[in-house]
Amino acid sequence: MSVSRSWKDKMWISSLFYFSLGFFNIMFAWLGMICFVIPILMSMSGREKTFCNSYCGRGQLFTLLGSRKKISLNMDLPAFLKSKWFRYGFLLFFMVMFINMLFATWTVFSGSGSLNEAVRLFWTFDVPWEWANRAGEGIPLWTVQFAYGFYSLMLTSLILGLLSMLIFKPRSWCVYCPMGTATQIICKIKEGEKL
Amino acid sequence: MAISVKKRRQARVLHQDCVACGACVNVCPISAISIYKGIWADVDPKKCIGCSKCERICPPSAITMGVLE
Repeated sequence: MSVSRSWKDKMWISSLFYFSLGFFNIMFAWLGMICFVIPILMSMSGREKTFCNSYCGRGQLFTLLGSRKKISLNMDLPAFLKSKWFRYGFLLFFMVMFINMLFATWTVFSGSGSLNEAVRLFWTFDVPWEWANRAGEGIPLWTVQFAYGFYSLMLTSLILGLLSMLIFKPRSWCVYCPMGTATQIICKIKEGEKL
Repeated sequence: MAISVKKRRQARVLHQDCVACGACVNVCPISAISIYKGIWADVDPKKCIGCSKCERICPPSAITMGVLE
């Protein structure tokens, strides 16, 4: 096994590291933007779905837990969860929630809203997370609000992925992962394939 | 004298169900699978040994094992 292959296989550590850092300092949530920007840039620049195939730490984590550690019931995914309607619908829902998070950031930036020091799970339940706000006084409040919002998005999707891993095949999250769907759509459009 | 025909299993990808996640690529022991343009997985029929590891790991169950004669 080559050296380059071995570090690529360890990307799951970065995923664990990311969520651990966010537990102690919410500003590390900004690092998650890497997982949003790089797959899109790669698919647009001819690297297709290289991120999903080789670098996705979350996918590797689910493979590690579900396949190698066998913490999975390994059931088949129900047909509706792998239908295009659900996949594209979930991508749209995720984008709307992302815009909603940007709006919350805007309200703090403009002064019309106050900072919510909580992680909102499943876009509904506020979990107190104020200890992780270690941003100094010089740090703009809107960047902290964005960090809370983004970490909420990342943690919610991780929990959804873990639940999918436990019940269905280990990488079932990949079927409806918004980033995976978005990059596949970009590749299809570039190749003139039917969506 | 009857001619014996050896049956061989081989992976087939249902393109419409494939999400191109690459789980099959990573599990294939002889690198017989690649992702075509980021759209779907492609199995090289000359290489596939029919081990069905890809079928077991495929999240949307887009890979089935067919029998070649």
